Amino acid sequence: MDLIESYAQDLRFARRRITQVLLGILLAALVALPWVAPDHVVFLGTLIALYSIGVMGQNLLIGYTGQISFGQAGFLAIGAFAFGHMRVWGAPFLVALAGAGGVAALAGVVVGFPSLRLKGPYLSIATLGFGVAVYQVFVNWEVLSGGRSGLSIARLAPMLGLTGTQTVYYTYVLLLAVFTLATYNIVSSYVGRAFVAIRDSDIAAEVNGVNLTRYKLLAFAISSFYAGVHGALYAQVLGHIEPQIFNIGESLTLFVAVIIGGVASIEGSILGAAFVLLVPKVFSEFREMVPIVYGATILIVLIFEPRGLFGRWLKARLYFQLWPFR
Amino acid sequence: MEKLLQYTLTGLAAGSLYALVALGVVLIYRSTRVLNFAHGDIATLATFVAFSLLTNRYSFPVALASSLLVGAAVGVAFYVGVLAKAQREGANLLGMVILTLGLALIIQGAVVWWWGAEPVSLPFPISDTRTYKLGPVVVSQLSIATMAAGLVGSLLLYLLVQKTRLGLAMRATSENVMAAQTLGIPTRMVLSVSWGVASALGVVAGIFLAPALLLDPFFMLDPFLKGFAAAVLGGLNSLPGAVVGAVILGVAESLTGAYVSIQFKNTLAFLIIIVVLLLRPEGLLGKEFKERV
Repeated sequence: MDLIESYAQDLRFARRRITQVLLGILLAALVALPWVAPDHVVFLGTLIALYSIGVMGQNLLIGYTGQISFGQAGFLAIGAFAFGHMRVWGAPFLVALAGAGGVAALAGVVVGFPSLRLKGPYLSIATLGFGVAVYQVFVNWEVLSGGRSGLSIARLAPMLGLTGTQTVYYTYVLLLAVFTLATYNIVSSYVGRAFVAIRDSDIAAEVNGVNLTRYKLLAFAISSFYAGVHGALYAQVLGHIEPQIFNIGESLTLFVAVIIGGVASIEGSILGAAFVLLVPKVFSEFREMVPIVYGATILIVLIFEPRGLFGRWLKARLYFQLWPFR
Repeated sequence: MEKLLQYTLTGLAAGSLYALVALGVVLIYRSTRVLNFAHGDIATLATFVAFSLLTNRYSFPVALASSLLVGAAVGVAFYVGVLAKAQREGANLLGMVILTLGLALIIQGAVVWWWGAEPVSLPFPISDTRTYKLGPVVVSQLSIATMAAGLVGSLLLYLLVQKTRLGLAMRATSENVMAAQTLGIPTRMVLSVSWGVASALGVVAGIFLAPALLLDPFFMLDPFLKGFAAAVLGGLNSLPGAVVGAVILGVAESLTGAYVSIQFKNTLAFLIIIVVLLLRPEGLLGKEFKERV
């Protein structure tokens, strides 16, 4: 194990040489993927990239701040439809994306207000109510949802001589990298520590000078910003959105991804997103088995590996670091 | 006035179903501090068992009894097999919620796999088209049966919890598990009974709801969420609160549907709950819980 001597060293992103090498290989593989893999694999990679962003946001809220939210699909819907309308009005992709995140973050602050008074199960019901409310508003209010036929969104124009699928893939992977770095920075800054303090005990955090109002609302705002961006990217990739996509099942999928990937872990969020997308793919011949696999995995993970896939990875890494001494 | 009465009555019928669900949720939360997200799915599974028995020409009491047993057995098995182990290893609230979510997914998958996702109708001896006139309002046989089921279920639970030795043990265990153990109460057994009774209550709700709708693998989702919301509204650690919350929710929902907007009745129901919770974070009849650092 290496010795950390200063705080700045502790904060460094990839500290050890081997980590840097592995990270480089991973990035190279991500860049090379569209040139070696068939289109449907590239598309799956695109989906994993965009889901990872949403799961990371959910993880900031559940894993780091400890606020249970079952209303994540509501933020996805808000982000997706805000994005869709802005695109229809002619806003460029990135502007619409930021707008979608911003609108969702505002909604997040509104939903965050109950969290100042409610805890645990009571908060989960309030957020669940929000999810149901958003769903019904979009289903019944055709001005917002683009009517019965949904809302169509123009595809991204291919750039730099790439095919359409490749353009989308590179854009999304780049965005994922940006969000991953941002999340790392949030988590290892004062804000992240405040979140963790609130999760562990909000009274103790308040006594130690964490402004509960500000940081609980901030957690909701950041998490729903991520969710809004996730919704927007999903809308872009589908090219056509209907309110029915963002039902309570979608909230649960994000929840499952956080738990299976690993609570309070950024790498785990990506692993969890990959898991919830790959399981339906692998079991596509027996569609009805998918919930059973999800459920069984949740039980197994929580009983045997409470820190999720990422915890398993940490243990494997430790084993190789200590080899051959154990 | 007649409209008001009519819709209040409809709301009461819905409310008694919610009450059955909410009582189960509260019973489990009070005893094991777990929010059971599989509550609705256990009920769905058991209702499908009743459906299979009824279509194979078993009599209604047989079907009802066996589905209650199946529901209770699933609840007990999950508590003993999974939850007790997780609790011994110190799982937190979130972890246990997610365990029940895992069970919910497994049951959902199993129901779709075994019975298919096509909606079917439950052959039920009580009709919802035969109606009676009570003064100015019209009431169907099914709503009367539903309200009776809610009333009988709540009453039986009241007698069990307040008037029997087992109920005393249940109350003691929910108050303080350690102290109850020290006093010689077999808490594991008592908690399993709580899970079994709670699941059976959910099954009763499922069976009385099924004839009003079609039976499909997700038919309990909405009533479960409502029952859950009602439990929260009344206070998660109060059994009378669950009934009060459920009746308020049922009536409020029905009146909103009648007077404001039928499409937004779920939304308004949840809005009411959020507002009430903001004013009384521990629910209407719940005890305020104090936290120490």
